[in-house]
Amino acid sequence: MSQVVNNGVNVDALLAAREALRNAPAAGEFTWRASCKWLNGTHARSTVQGFRGLGEEQSHKSEFSFDTDHPEVFASEDKGATPVEVVLVGLASCLTAGVAAVAQNRGIQLRSVEARLEGKMNIAGILGIDGDVRNGYDNIKVTFHVDADASKKDIEALVAQSQKRSAVFDIITNPTNVTVEVV
Amino acid sequence: MSRVLTEHSIDHVVLERGEVANSWRHERWDSLRLLTPNWLSRLPGYAYEGPDPDGFMNLPQVVNFIAGFAAETSAPVRTQTTVTSVRSTEDGYQVATDRGELRCRSLVLATGASNSPRVPDLHRAVPPTVQCLTTFSYRNPDQLPPGGVLIVGAAATGVQLADEIHRSGRPVTLCVGEHVRLPRSYRGRDILWWMESSGVWNQRYDQIEDLERARRLPSPQLVGTPEHSTLDLNFLSDAGIEIVGKLAAVRDGRALFSGGLANQFALADLKMERLLDTFDAWARDTQVGTKVGPAERFAPTRAPSSTRLSLDLGSGEIGTIVWATGYRPDYRWLNVPVVSHKGELRHDGGVITEAPGMYALGLPVLRRRKSTFINGAEADARDLAQHLAGYLAGCGAGKSLSAPAFLRH
Repeated sequence: MSQVVNNGVNVDALLAAREALRNAPAAGEFTWRASCKWLNGTHARSTVQGFRGLGEEQSHKSEFSFDTDHPEVFASEDKGATPVEVVLVGLASCLTAGVAAVAQNRGIQLRSVEARLEGKMNIAGILGIDGDVRNGYDNIKVTFHVDADASKKDIEALVAQSQKRSAVFDIITNPTNVTVEVV
Repeated sequence: MSRVLTEHSIDHVVLERGEVANSWRHERWDSLRLLTPNWLSRLPGYAYEGPDPDGFMNLPQVVNFIAGFAAETSAPVRTQTTVTSVRSTEDGYQVATDRGELRCRSLVLATGASNSPRVPDLHRAVPPTVQCLTTFSYRNPDQLPPGGVLIVGAAATGVQLADEIHRSGRPVTLCVGEHVRLPRSYRGRDILWWMESSGVWNQRYDQIEDLERARRLPSPQLVGTPEHSTLDLNFLSDAGIEIVGKLAAVRDGRALFSGGLANQFALADLKMERLLDTFDAWARDTQVGTKVGPAERFAPTRAPSSTRLSLDLGSGEIGTIVWATGYRPDYRWLNVPVVSHKGELRHDGGVITEAPGMYALGLPVLRRRKSTFINGAEADARDLAQHLAGYLAGCGAGKSLSAPAFLRH
């Protein structure tokens, strides 16, 4: 690759971080946080700002907030995306960011990347109609359209590697211990 | 190594806790055969001379092969000698064994990376009604209780045991995480002929981009059989073996499998194709292409539209779990601080720079991609013997000579 590829990802910084963390594994321990306030009905507002990593408290430049609700077919006021859609948003954005980072690292210039996601769910689970039906998604399908200076095979490898390194893909495909307390 | 040290006229002893070829005699399952064809199973100045150069040695044949080499080279082996500790001294190392102590100026650790099975911590949550076996305790299907068998891991061991146990008439479920897919034969030649001839196998550790990853790679899904059959996941699922994702957790008596299986298939297929592309390019550039069959491509690994995500280990469906999750080295006897917090030896191509005069052999991608295969031993041993000879020369010949020990556990 002689021409300079720029997908806007600072791969050198990421690789330097990887090297630094190899020698100081404790700095790699991160804690991500979110808080959520009930507003009314099924409408709630979640915010994120602070997190912990590299051995100290960190902060986003500003607070980000996400309204969630349910659509009118659920007799709600539809003031935001449903939480299950937010999960798809998390997966989509994680895989897409991964595609950009891996492409940069492999010297592949991207022109456009689009992902479409579909999650199949039978709501007989959450409504308690059928105990054999799970609450969550049965199946999630992600379809990528990638326009880049690369062969189809290289693009497939890009998308595969992005899944391999994706936190959200791992969170969704593998079980995680979750503890919920009331204080 | 002993053979090569002898060529350098370096006085040495080889310590062996049991008999020559001990782990081949006692720590592997009955049907195991080498992954390398006989013609390629070479040691320094020693090669297979039997009637079946394209065959694969079974366990008794491997034991005979190695014992024959030890006898032919008159290697100074002290058998039934277990090393209990190694300590640094002013001018070398003190080696304690259950048969007395030795002092040496230089030491080669040839104990390898497969001293005990590596079993993930989640095995503790498996209900006691399920029998657990490892690749050290499994011998053959006859020892298994009735019921289905869950095999965890799909490297060479996992796919071989899945096939063998399934043939014994038991239902088999195979958990598949990251894996390396390879056909047994390609363009009419054994896949390891390609690895060797094209130079891929000789690639040096300091030329590999992501060495850490290369060293962690699972062994390829290969088996050495008289039929030269390919043992990939398509073959196993056609045979009726159920393929599930990586075993991610055991919770409330249920095994939970990853839903990311399709991507593991995609990654392994892509990597195999990349390797075959490398072979094709080499064959084209060297005219070898005219002497072998036409280029081939293999069907992608078929991903089922959905795989099982959990399995109740208490229902009786599964009688046995076989942990085919790899091996780990054991350095508990090594009282020299050269082992990482993950239990791995820190070395630079087999030279343990933090402990002058100490070397390692037979670890994954030690100096070359083929370092852990029988025919990979010679080149590594020659490089390291050269280094070792230089080290001893630099120590000054005036001191009373203490022999380097060569530990073969």
